[in-house]
Amino acid sequence: MNEANSDAISSVIVPVIYLLSSVIFIFGLKQLTRIRTARRGNTLAAFAMLLAVIGTLLEIGLVDYRWILGGLVIGGTVGAIAAFKVKMTSMPEMVALFNGSGGAASTAVALAVVWQSVIEIGATVPAFAVIGLNQAVTVGLSVLIGSVTLSGSYIAYLKLQGSLNKGEPILLPARHIITLSLIIAILGLSAYFAFYAVGNVGMVILVITGISLILGVLLVIPIGSADMPVVVSLLNSYSGLAACATGFILSNNVLIISGAMVGSAGIILTQIMCKAMDRSLLNVLVGGFGSQTSTSSSGGSDEYTTVTSAGAEEVALVLEDADTVAIIPGYGLAVAQAQHAVRQMADQLEKRGTKVVYGIHPVAGRMPGHMNVLLAEADVPYESLLEMDEINPDLKTTDVAILLGANDVCNPLALTDPSSVIYGMPILNVHEARNVFVVKRSLSPGYAGIKNPLFEAENTSMCFGDAKKMIQEILNEVKLLPER
Amino acid sequence: MIIGPFLIGLYVFVLATFVGFEIINKVPSTLHTPLMSGANAISGITLVGALSIATQADPVTSSILGGLAVIFASINVVGGFLVTDRMLKMFSKKK
Repeated sequence: MNEANSDAISSVIVPVIYLLSSVIFIFGLKQLTRIRTARRGNTLAAFAMLLAVIGTLLEIGLVDYRWILGGLVIGGTVGAIAAFKVKMTSMPEMVALFNGSGGAASTAVALAVVWQSVIEIGATVPAFAVIGLNQAVTVGLSVLIGSVTLSGSYIAYLKLQGSLNKGEPILLPARHIITLSLIIAILGLSAYFAFYAVGNVGMVILVITGISLILGVLLVIPIGSADMPVVVSLLNSYSGLAACATGFILSNNVLIISGAMVGSAGIILTQIMCKAMDRSLLNVLVGGFGSQTSTSSSGGSDEYTTVTSAGAEEVALVLEDADTVAIIPGYGLAVAQAQHAVRQMADQLEKRGTKVVYGIHPVAGRMPGHMNVLLAEADVPYESLLEMDEINPDLKTTDVAILLGANDVCNPLALTDPSSVIYGMPILNVHEARNVFVVKRSLSPGYAGIKNPLFEAENTSMCFGDAKKMIQEILNEVKLLPER
Repeated sequence: MIIGPFLIGLYVFVLATFVGFEIINKVPSTLHTPLMSGANAISGITLVGALSIATQADPVTSSILGGLAVIFASINVVGGFLVTDRMLKMFSKKK
């Protein structure tokens, strides 16, 4: 390749490829927001990524490809295996882990730039004099956001799994002061790194990384697992900003464009989710939701007194004459992997002329859309999945509502008790249905940690047991019902 | 002159932020998880930055860090797009 050719590649062809890639990213993201086009949008975005990678490989030209190829092969294989092996029920955890991986990448790039351009050339002047003022300042920012994303996502993953203090908030004393001092320390050290540090640059930047990792942990541990979807969404937005900061360090506009887009889109999505739970973002982030109520649960008011329980046969008898059945799935459905059993039961009921719909609360499960994904896996027709506003007016005239491991999203206290922590949260008005069956393993409270008066309502019967087992038993009983 | 590319970057940043705000409105809740996952895969664009760093052959600290960055970013990109596709495939097969 001669001089002129390689000039043309780096000054014309590569920028055009980057521009094309950015435009396709925008179209891809846009199409991801409509059900009809979502899959194509995802493919488009993946194609844009491929273009950006090709552009970069052209730009860097003939170099040693061993690290690049090795990294691509290892990372690609790990990512692909994880994506194919993960169960649909663990999707939220997977997204959290992938997100953390993105944060790790941004941190690593920023650190690599520091080593390559400052330390390894044996710089005798501070960073701003070597790599420029803006870059030197952005390095600190990139490390900060990337590391917070990494450790925060990992904690969110643990919380979603329920393995960290069973997902309960962990409240350190004076945590706001600790958080604030960590942020001040990071800003101070970043300034020191950019303007003064000579000789100890590596140590300084590693300390910044360490403190940022701790900050990420501290920001997420006070938040209860019920709010993890919001946290993951917010961290997703951060990972976009981290990519953006990397773009500023490397003066690469594709990184800046897609990073900024993911950053702002993530914020909007986070707000949509908060709205669905009627919580402000600040309220979620300050954290500690549900922890105060667990101390008061020793009081008598949280005990259940007039609970009726029912077995599969009794459920089937009521279903026999039902014209309309609403199934309300919650996290219990995901845990029990009951989606296929539910589909079979619904099929059986529909054969008998009963109309079956599904009422999906926006935050049912561990993540918005979680239930839709699960039910779609069991081939439940998309049209029978109704959102909260669609199903609520019809619940009054619904003969049977079956709750599958759902709790807080149907708690009438949200409508009636201003002192309740969930007061004001929009709920599915299941209590208005003629008959309510609650399939649940025990009377234990949901994430909000409060009593649900629905369980002792006159028209409610509890079916204690694993959602899948119980549904299969009901299915067997329904099969025995006479034709009508 | 140093401020040149940085200022352009800032312009691009602000405009792209608005694009992001405008694109995401009225998303059906069905798509929240896939959208989050897809956006997350897009944020794996850091891969581009990682690739341009991991170009040195010698196993010095910077090339090792660059290689690590490539690994992490490709996990994010490949895993993210595949997992999103897996979720969306289930919506599209019955229309």
